Amino acid sequence: MKRKKERLHFAFFLLPGFLGICVFTLLPFLDVVRRSFTTAVTGEFVGLNNYRRIFANRAFLLAVKNTARFTGVCLPLLLGLGLFAAILLSRLPGAQFWKSVFLLPMAMPSVTVVLIWKMVFLEGGFLNRALGTRIDFMGTGLSFWVLVFSYVWKNLGYTVVLWLAGINGVPSDTVEAARVDGAGQIRIWRSVILPQLKGPFYTITVLSFLNTFKSFREAYLVGGAYPQERMYLLSHLFNNWFAALDLDKMAAGAVCMAAVLLGFILLFSALLLRGEKE
Amino acid sequence: MRRDRRKRRLFCRIRKILTDAYVSCLLALPGILMVMPVILLLSGSLMSAQELKEAFGPLWEGDGWLTWRFLPHYPTLSHYIKLLFFTPQFLNAFWNSVFLVTVILFFQLLLAVPAAWAFAVYRFRFSRFLFTVYIVLMLMPFQVTMLSQYIILNDINVMNTHLALLIPAAFSTFPVFLIYRGFCDIPRDLLEAGRIDGAGELGLFLRMGLPLSSGSILAAGVLGFLEYWNMIEQPLAFLQDQSLWPLSLYLPADAAGQEGEAFAASVLLLLPAVFVFLLGREYLEKGIVASALKE
Repeated sequence: MKRKKERLHFAFFLLPGFLGICVFTLLPFLDVVRRSFTTAVTGEFVGLNNYRRIFANRAFLLAVKNTARFTGVCLPLLLGLGLFAAILLSRLPGAQFWKSVFLLPMAMPSVTVVLIWKMVFLEGGFLNRALGTRIDFMGTGLSFWVLVFSYVWKNLGYTVVLWLAGINGVPSDTVEAARVDGAGQIRIWRSVILPQLKGPFYTITVLSFLNTFKSFREAYLVGGAYPQERMYLLSHLFNNWFAALDLDKMAAGAVCMAAVLLGFILLFSALLLRGEKE
Repeated sequence: MRRDRRKRRLFCRIRKILTDAYVSCLLALPGILMVMPVILLLSGSLMSAQELKEAFGPLWEGDGWLTWRFLPHYPTLSHYIKLLFFTPQFLNAFWNSVFLVTVILFFQLLLAVPAAWAFAVYRFRFSRFLFTVYIVLMLMPFQVTMLSQYIILNDINVMNTHLALLIPAAFSTFPVFLIYRGFCDIPRDLLEAGRIDGAGELGLFLRMGLPLSSGSILAAGVLGFLEYWNMIEQPLAFLQDQSLWPLSLYLPADAAGQEGEAFAASVLLLLPAVFVFLLGREYLEKGIVASALKE
């Protein structure tokens, strides 16, 4: 009886939103899965043909390569820098102020960021002036690193906040006990605090991985639909497929991307669950 | 003996002050990088056209350097006046942004708060599974859902209208997740006590749930505002008519001579975001920590 009532209440509160999600997200995605096996125009079943086509597509391979490279560079960099800043901050009295400073870029709309990046990275810009060089940062392979910088700049704030929350969550008597046992500061960090930061580590990794896709905003506003080759990300490709109405390629691409992301998310939540049980 | 100890304590204190100062200096460098863009935008937006030309001129001519005065010699509000009173496209984009963000946040919270309550308070067999689905949806980037959204929006004939942005955003699962964390912090005993006192489920939700987790609801609001105020991908894909575009896509032609308006437009775009950021800083931080994928 109580069970049944509980289910009724659950449905009452959840249904309005859930119906919308079904109609506007889940069902259309199933349709996309179906479409990925058919042609866009006639709707004829073509098996894995669309998948074969995108994996033979030069633009797709370039975008996958760039996106993988971008993620591979950005994630370790962001995690490391964020942890370093959080370790510094954890012993500082004015941590609140610094956290706000580091979070500020999150509030900066991409359009304004792009204007500033142009002033900094153009051939006559601030960076070249400071270095005394005339390097074309935006028009060469270096544009990739400009994008990396922009990503770290924007995402460092929440990384620091999450690491700090983790560090402050370590019980102080554990740390005291280690100190009484004669552990030095570095030893305490390495053997007592860092092993307890698995939760923040997984969280930051998942969030920043998904935020790498949002770097498209800056890349697009700087370079348009076809930016310097090293900046050409999966997001550009999807946008261009969309503009050209290449819906069958898009369907296959979206299914592949969703599958990879789903695997990534499930892997991480499994690791997280295991980490918490230990 | 005692003097010795006092000496040592003094030494410790001095060392602490010195390390703090050193650490602050170390953090100041990235800190300046974080704040500098705001200062650059502000100073640029107040410079006269002549001063901007002197600053940017050498840059466009090809071999000079960008020069900058952080305090303009002849500060002027002319760029703001031009934008606000003589550029109807700008005002139009501004109101598009205000309209979109307000409506999105309203419907998001209207749908997400009860859903979060359902997940936090009631349990049955499929609720865990459904919640996982919500988390996965929350984590999917726009590119994955772009085509499915397009198909359904096209079917119901709302492409190239504001509804094409409003409908998918209203059903976002991110706020559900954030607010869920807030509801979970309410002690179950408190709810039981309410039930024994004869409160209905809706009454519990309205009188206990909402006030006790207003913090996480505000956090969802702040994060949502920052996200949708900076909306780029969706309008770019779903709105062809540029008069419908939000301010986040408004870029005055960056031909030489237009820098003043570009700076002023950027400052006006930035202001509401920074305002919300400063007001909601505390909730923003809570929201970020709550979005940690624990549980």
